Amino acid sequence: MNQNSNVACTIQNKEGFKVKIGTGTKSHKKISAGDLTFRICNGIFMIVFVIVTLYPVINTLAISLNDGTDALRGGIYLVPRVFTWKNYETVLAKDNLITGAVITVARTIIGTLLALITNAILAFIVSRKNFMFSKQVSLFWVITMYVNGGLIPTFLLYKSIGLTNSFAVYVIPGMISAFNMLVIRTYMKGIPISLEESAQLDGAGYTTIFLKIISPLCKPVYATVALFVAVGQWNSWFDAMLYNRMASEYTTLQYELMKLLSSVSNQSSSAEAMKNAGEGSVTPTSVRAAATIITMLPIICIYPFLQKYFVTGLTLGGVKE
Amino acid sequence: MTKKKSFNMVDFKHQKVLIFWAAVITAYGFIFYYLPLVGWVMAFQNYKPVTGLLHSQFVGLEKFKLLFSDVAFLRVIRNTLAMGIINLVVTFVMAIVFAILLNEMASKGGKKVVQTISYLPHFLSWIIVTGILHDALSGTGIINTLLLHFGCISQPINFFAHERYFWPIVAFANVWKETGWNAIIYLAAITSIDPSLYEAAAIDGAGRWEKIKNVTLPGIKPTIMILLLMNVGNVLNAGFEIQYLLGNGLVQNVSQTIDIYVLKWGISQGDYSIGTAAGIFKSVVSIVLIVVFNNIAKRHGEERLF
Repeated sequence: MNQNSNVACTIQNKEGFKVKIGTGTKSHKKISAGDLTFRICNGIFMIVFVIVTLYPVINTLAISLNDGTDALRGGIYLVPRVFTWKNYETVLAKDNLITGAVITVARTIIGTLLALITNAILAFIVSRKNFMFSKQVSLFWVITMYVNGGLIPTFLLYKSIGLTNSFAVYVIPGMISAFNMLVIRTYMKGIPISLEESAQLDGAGYTTIFLKIISPLCKPVYATVALFVAVGQWNSWFDAMLYNRMASEYTTLQYELMKLLSSVSNQSSSAEAMKNAGEGSVTPTSVRAAATIITMLPIICIYPFLQKYFVTGLTLGGVKE
Repeated sequence: MTKKKSFNMVDFKHQKVLIFWAAVITAYGFIFYYLPLVGWVMAFQNYKPVTGLLHSQFVGLEKFKLLFSDVAFLRVIRNTLAMGIINLVVTFVMAIVFAILLNEMASKGGKKVVQTISYLPHFLSWIIVTGILHDALSGTGIINTLLLHFGCISQPINFFAHERYFWPIVAFANVWKETGWNAIIYLAAITSIDPSLYEAAAIDGAGRWEKIKNVTLPGIKPTIMILLLMNVGNVLNAGFEIQYLLGNGLVQNVSQTIDIYVLKWGISQGDYSIGTAAGIFKSVVSIVLIVVFNNIAKRHGEERLF
């Protein structure tokens, strides 16, 4: 459904643009021919940009709503030719995809909460001007941005402390990130110190200051970091493949999607395709299109409303140590 | 100012709660970020899981010698560097061009809509993006259909079977995914340019192009510099997901990167020592790159990273 609204946006945009070129010409009395050419070229560039960005998504939507066998003939672009819900029904009947969806939602919620709480506490600590170890703790975390043990030592560590084949491997290891901490810290440093001082005079301790004074003011930056972490959690697949390959109960949506992707080009899938063809014309390609749409839908629906938060976050992130 | 403060018992008591949480979080950081560094010892050992880190035989730099005598490793270095640099250049240029052109758009509403749409691909996982690419570049996909339609080719091209297409595909995928997102920071920088500079330029008779060249670009130069520095250090880190997902046996000579090499040797073949040595090589080169470029920036008086 959201895809449809995007289509509407594009068309609206094209028309809106044409109208604007017209009015722009009138309002500026001295408009040179070069200026007009520039605006038209710029407009064309933007339209091409929008088409290139949206077309693949709309095409995937069309394929996901089209009869699988029919789609193999090609020629499906913006709208399905033989409409069906069958691909979605097939996806929703796959137990591994349902498990993956549940785990993905769980890791997104739990992982985001844990990351937000710990990064906020750390940022609060290092942003206290009179905290005696502020410099040292900051440096300790900034170093982690540049130096890490690498894949194999990390893998062996997780294995030895029992994080492989577990849900915890999704939410514990990457919980605190120096980047997110720095974003929150920069924001906290911008809060007037007088607020904190007057609370201290009233006898408030650091816990009260953090919970009652700083955190309510930090809501926008908390939203930014929560968004960054949530998107990362939702989209991550490599940890599922590396650490939980043997634990199918902890599979994730993206990892299941990846398996579908590789099965499309695999020989083994043709047997599955034949079997599915008997049930009703569903092909690996069409099922994958449906799974892709289901996987991207939540993010596509949410991100347009959170724009101001990620713009803030990126701008704050540019201000480094 | 705070740095000069000597140890103070009153402060210590007052800051008990801060110190407690700082200690807990530092312990966490030590385990998950610093402890893996101990594993670097493996690169200098003939590491066997049975004997472990403490009792495996030390072999000095033998693993590194082996690594650099492996043609496949030299090839993955080339691939990682080539794709890293190509991607860095094209995504950078595209983001800056897009930000400037978007800023020049006359229609406020159109600008908002284009910008919102431009963020979309950033939020999709590489799994989805590579799936989309497979569809678009398949025999019946849009690219082949268009090329056939306009008579550029007579037979559909199998894009994933030829080595020469792989790097451009990866570069295009990066541009597609990140242009809008990377432009955010430039747009913010452009917005903060003093409008009187544009007015002054207009009085001097500057056209649109002169304004871009003499006001906008110099205005965002510090931002460009700092982002370039941050990204140069990451050139070697930028090659895993897409190459892993798009690569196949036919193009593996150009698709495999250092990270894939590490994964292949370390995890699949179980040769932890070689895998770790390759990982160390990558880390060390990255850090050297960051320090070098940081110093170059310092010499030119631009903003620094740390």
